[in-house]
Amino acid sequence: MAKADYEIPELHEYVEVPELESGTMAHSAPYVAKPEFQEQLGYVGEVEDDWKEKALDAMGDMLGKYRGLQVFMDSCVKCGSCTDKCHYYLSTKDPLNMPVARQDLMRRVYRRYFTFAGKFFGKLGMPEFVGAKELEREDLDEWFSYYHQCSQCRRCSVFCPYGIDTAEITMAAREILARVGIGQKYSNEIIGKVYKIGNNLGLPGPALLDTLEGLEEDVEDETGVKVLYPLDVKGADILLVTPSADFFAEPHVDGLIGYGKVFHEAGVSWTLSTTASEAANFGMFIGSYENMRKISLRIREAALELGVKRIVFGECGHAWRVAYSFLNTLAGPFDFLDPDYPVPQHILEFTWNEIQKGTLNLDPSRNDDKTLTFHDSCNVARATRMGDEPGGQFTIPRNVIKSVCNNYVDMDPDTIYEKTFCCGGGGGLLTDDLMEIRIKGGMPRMTALNNVIEESGVTHMAAICAICKSQFTKILPYYGMEMDQIVSVHQLVSDALILSGQVDEDDEDTDEEAA
Amino acid sequence: MSVAYAILFYIALAIMVIGVARRVIMYAKAPAPLKIPTTPAPTTQTGVVMRMFREVVFFESLFKSTKWTWIFGWMFHMGLFAVLARHSRYFNSLMPAEIVGPLKYAAFAMIIGLVGLLIRRFAVDRVRYISSPSDFAMLFLLILIGVSGAMMTFVSHTDITMVTHFFHTLMWPFDGIGELPGDILVWVHLLLVASLMIIFPVSKLLHAPGVFFSPSRNQVDNPREQRHVSDWAKKLEQN
Repeated sequence: MAKADYEIPELHEYVEVPELESGTMAHSAPYVAKPEFQEQLGYVGEVEDDWKEKALDAMGDMLGKYRGLQVFMDSCVKCGSCTDKCHYYLSTKDPLNMPVARQDLMRRVYRRYFTFAGKFFGKLGMPEFVGAKELEREDLDEWFSYYHQCSQCRRCSVFCPYGIDTAEITMAAREILARVGIGQKYSNEIIGKVYKIGNNLGLPGPALLDTLEGLEEDVEDETGVKVLYPLDVKGADILLVTPSADFFAEPHVDGLIGYGKVFHEAGVSWTLSTTASEAANFGMFIGSYENMRKISLRIREAALELGVKRIVFGECGHAWRVAYSFLNTLAGPFDFLDPDYPVPQHILEFTWNEIQKGTLNLDPSRNDDKTLTFHDSCNVARATRMGDEPGGQFTIPRNVIKSVCNNYVDMDPDTIYEKTFCCGGGGGLLTDDLMEIRIKGGMPRMTALNNVIEESGVTHMAAICAICKSQFTKILPYYGMEMDQIVSVHQLVSDALILSGQVDEDDEDTDEEAA
Repeated sequence: MSVAYAILFYIALAIMVIGVARRVIMYAKAPAPLKIPTTPAPTTQTGVVMRMFREVVFFESLFKSTKWTWIFGWMFHMGLFAVLARHSRYFNSLMPAEIVGPLKYAAFAMIIGLVGLLIRRFAVDRVRYISSPSDFAMLFLLILIGVSGAMMTFVSHTDITMVTHFFHTLMWPFDGIGELPGDILVWVHLLLVASLMIIFPVSKLLHAPGVFFSPSRNQVDNPREQRHVSDWAKKLEQN
């Protein structure tokens, strides 16, 4: 078991709603972005004397630009419905990790400066009567701490009678903080890398090419079939945009191998792009429409540059949210692409179509050494769709897994589908300086996983998000599990897929099936 | 004194109507630059109407969340609407007596719901933590309105003909304002109601119009089919 200088939550049969314990996570905060990384994104380098004016101006600006923020600020009645829904509250007991309390860090300032009640009682010297508060410098530090203990997973918004979405408030708060000069190092540096090099990991074109050639060799060694992993091929049918972790991280890369095999068997031409060698869009995490748009435009640029007909996204949660929900708005119209296909498409939509058409020769018994469960990634579950029907984001991944694995078990119904628990590392928290909140935040998901491991003999959990995969790889050992128990869905597809002309140890089996 | 109350009600009504209208116009005008429905979401406008209907009539999301809050909240709101419907008889007589009569028992649903919500606010440490004094004050105000009203129906009847006459004259004041009965319950009840109307547009009561404008509930899930560019975002495209 890995070591840490803080308490790792113990797993019990149920996640109990804890009693409040103030301040348990008050010390948690990410590193602040250096001035150069702030300025690169169009923000002021550091906090200046007029911070208060800047913060209130920024808040006013955001309220005028986002109806959601304005309505959410006004509508909360403090019913408490969300209070026991956040994985960070359940695992840390810190009252400020209850969604409504997190929202109120901003709402009380909103009420003081933007509502009649707050102004009136503020002048009387008792703003707290109506839940309002003067903005002080320390408040911004508290914001920086607690708005980086929210993974923007939207679980609270499912249960709110007014649909108040803390993710929207967290995004706005981070944008206000960045405009005051308190940006988050992790997200801002990564966005800088995307602008400079093209992806979050800072992998330049030649390194990508090298990696992809390596994959081609590996697959050929293993199967005897030359599957192409093309980069920057003009005139290809499909542009694949995938998180850069897919190029080398485990288990991500096994997913990328799977995408290539599926494309190969489907007989379509496809390509990756150095211009858009990243599906992730951290502009969303920091709540910046402008940065989110700029990052999205790279995909449009790549599609035009390569003259593709379709855009397909690889396995990534928030990337799919930006792609599915925002790409058309931010970087459209995509009238130059083939109108017969949705723009963009998810790789799972593509694969499920191929499975239904029968173009893939699948042998699920090749995954018989595993019993699978599936982790619904928060952004995919609550902010996107796959296929034509609402809820396709739940059924399509499961359909694909069940087509390639014989043993599948769902986790506790209160922890899947729209009620899924975040992995604990989403929303711009996947950084070592937030390790404690990440480990703790994973507790509700780890509890549900542990239960199916004990009760149903589950051996592996499949995921469709680069952040989930990295986060679980890191935190599973803290909970007494193995890091390789997390797998990519397309890794399962890859393992069950028998390529046309494939020669391997299971040769005899495949011959029998063919006969 | 009745004239003072008449003026109070005109002011309260003006503040409530104008205040809420201004808020609603602001919500309607504020751009929603991105599609953010909480999914799974309906893919058609009809579906969205159905979702909103379930939300405002059955409190669907709250039902998923916590049954106690749902039971008390739903009892209170439905009781309140029934009581309001019954009050229409003080303004016109369109509601048939067979319907209006039994509606008086709705006051109990309203009061029980409110008391339940109040107990919850005290008793559950999480809810107590997030409550401001105004959250308690609001519940007390509503409970007092409910109790004072129910007392007039069930304990100490007031001269309802005089009350009705008073409100009729408010609707057409040019022939003079009617007198309210000299009954303390009436005066307290009406004062509290006027207060509630006045704080409506500056308080969390804005959740009532707000829910209809909540993008996570009122948007159609069709971002791949339709672009959704707001006016301020269009300016970015021109650069």
